[in-house]
Amino acid sequence: MARRGLFFVAPAVLLMLAIYIIPMVVLAVFSVTDYQLGALSTSFIGLDNFRKAFSDPVFLRALWNTVLYALIVIPAGVVLALGVALLVYNRKRSRGFWEIAYFLPVTATLVAMATVFQFLLHPSLGPVNAAIFLAGLTAIPKDLHEAVRLDGAKNPIDRFLTVTLPMLGPTMMFVIVTTSISAFKVFETVAVLTKGRSGSEVLLFALYLEGFEYSNTGYAAALTLIFLAIVLVLSIGQTVHMDRKVHY
Amino acid sequence: MQPQSLNIASIGKGFGADDVLKGIDLSIRPGEFLSLVGMSGCGKSTLLRIIAGLETADRGTVSIGSRDVTDVDPSDRNLAMVFQSYALYPHMTVRDNIATPLRMRRLSVWSRLPLIGRMIANAEMLREIDASVKEAADVLQIGHLLDRRPAQLSGGQRQRVALARALVRSPSAFLMDEPLSNLDAKLRAHMRGELTNLHSRLGATFIYVTHDQIEAMTMSDRIALMSEGRIEQLGTPDELYRRPSTLTVARFIGTPSINLLPVELDASGEIVLFGQKLGITARNAWPGPATLGIRAEDVFPAADGIEASLVRTETQGADRFVTFNLTCDPSISIVMRQRVGDDLGADADGNVRLAFSKEGVHLFGSDEKRRDITVLEQVPA
Repeated sequence: MARRGLFFVAPAVLLMLAIYIIPMVVLAVFSVTDYQLGALSTSFIGLDNFRKAFSDPVFLRALWNTVLYALIVIPAGVVLALGVALLVYNRKRSRGFWEIAYFLPVTATLVAMATVFQFLLHPSLGPVNAAIFLAGLTAIPKDLHEAVRLDGAKNPIDRFLTVTLPMLGPTMMFVIVTTSISAFKVFETVAVLTKGRSGSEVLLFALYLEGFEYSNTGYAAALTLIFLAIVLVLSIGQTVHMDRKVHY
Repeated sequence: MQPQSLNIASIGKGFGADDVLKGIDLSIRPGEFLSLVGMSGCGKSTLLRIIAGLETADRGTVSIGSRDVTDVDPSDRNLAMVFQSYALYPHMTVRDNIATPLRMRRLSVWSRLPLIGRMIANAEMLREIDASVKEAADVLQIGHLLDRRPAQLSGGQRQRVALARALVRSPSAFLMDEPLSNLDAKLRAHMRGELTNLHSRLGATFIYVTHDQIEAMTMSDRIALMSEGRIEQLGTPDELYRRPSTLTVARFIGTPSINLLPVELDASGEIVLFGQKLGITARNAWPGPATLGIRAEDVFPAADGIEASLVRTETQGADRFVTFNLTCDPSISIVMRQRVGDDLGADADGNVRLAFSKEGVHLFGSDEKRRDITVLEQVPA
């Protein structure tokens, strides 16, 4: 029985190993060496790469830039998406049209998706977040909106703060986590616009320069591990913290 | 706040092509417990929602006391509503749930903000709100639950929180939309008693929507029985039971349901049941088919009655409901209510003869409206 079970999970496990686990192990091994791409010999240098990273002004600037970017993009992304979702939700007659306009690209076929992928997943403009918020809004029981009106909430802002916003908690958590992860992965914007000149490096761009332009594979591996650690801490931290606050 | 009267004048409402409410007029007295009762889809919930201001009527007016509130926002009508789902705020503690109506009315926008609000707010006002919340919670015996969230409460406890939230600010009137329908049978019966107590204790105006005639019968001062967007009959529970004005009312009120028999009115207006004259005449009625309604407690076994056969017996403690099929038309069944020890009068094959007290019958013409009757003097044989 147990053996048959293994047989069934094997494809998934092998894929996971090939795509995620083994590369990460290799990455970890590289990060403690001074390996350079194409070099014939390499040597073990312990945590020197990590020590170097945290005294490297370029890396520190890249880290700060990324944090700054995330701090701007996350609130802006959440507020814009929520705003769009609220506008669509409050349409009476044209709501169907707007819902389709926002949901269609999200739910369309993969091929169609691919062409609009960039726009869709943009952390601040992407309609994915708006669509998620719209779904969250629709899930709030109508009774609660009515109860708060009878309880004396005169204006929409009161109703929003008393019912809508707290009830969107779980949706909000999801959007913030996914948006912050995509904000930390920002790369193309910098690569295309400034190529990291005038101190505009971000984490992934600095990592790309070290790994592929300067061929410092070992050092780049260390930076990648730092990046992975940040994303991991972010997701776990947000999930654990917000889970307690947003689920009733 | 003094209990207020409510006046509803020629309220009409349509959804699409359907008229849900077809001109409702209703005056609710200050301090009255009035039930809106009817089958689902009769318009009772829509009427309640129009009173609350959650729905806009196509025509007609709603006034509370002497104030016309037809175009007033729900938040300014000073009505409290208990929803079928209770509509408690799941992210708030019981304390905050109950305090919400007070905070909305007494605190400024800024002092209602989360976190910083409490620092800005008038401390005296906060203490007052706290005291009112405790008082409301004590009335409903939920003082020990104030720090819990709704998800941690049982159905009955949530019900009490919803009631506490409604009564914390002494509204002009309480609106209740099937508040007991999510409770189990035993708790429902208990809460009926508590609601009645609460009503007499507060002396407030209650408008209570239910599809359950037992709830309406046991709690109300008056009942408005609705059907197809109209008020079929308005009266005390006793009036609706003893003098149902239409066949619909007779069918709806009473457990078990009223027995209905097809009868004919002859030229003299006398009621004829399966060719047998009953010694009862209808006043102001014309010859033709009619329906005779007989309550289960007015049926009894008698040697000169109609032949029927026993179908089943349901014992309910001291009383029992006995169902028979008529021998002359087995598709018609009759339910009799009697004390458990009483004689069924059935022979070995389960055949009985049934009669009924003539004063207790209700006659409805072919237009389904009630007809007055006169019981003729018994002619000696």
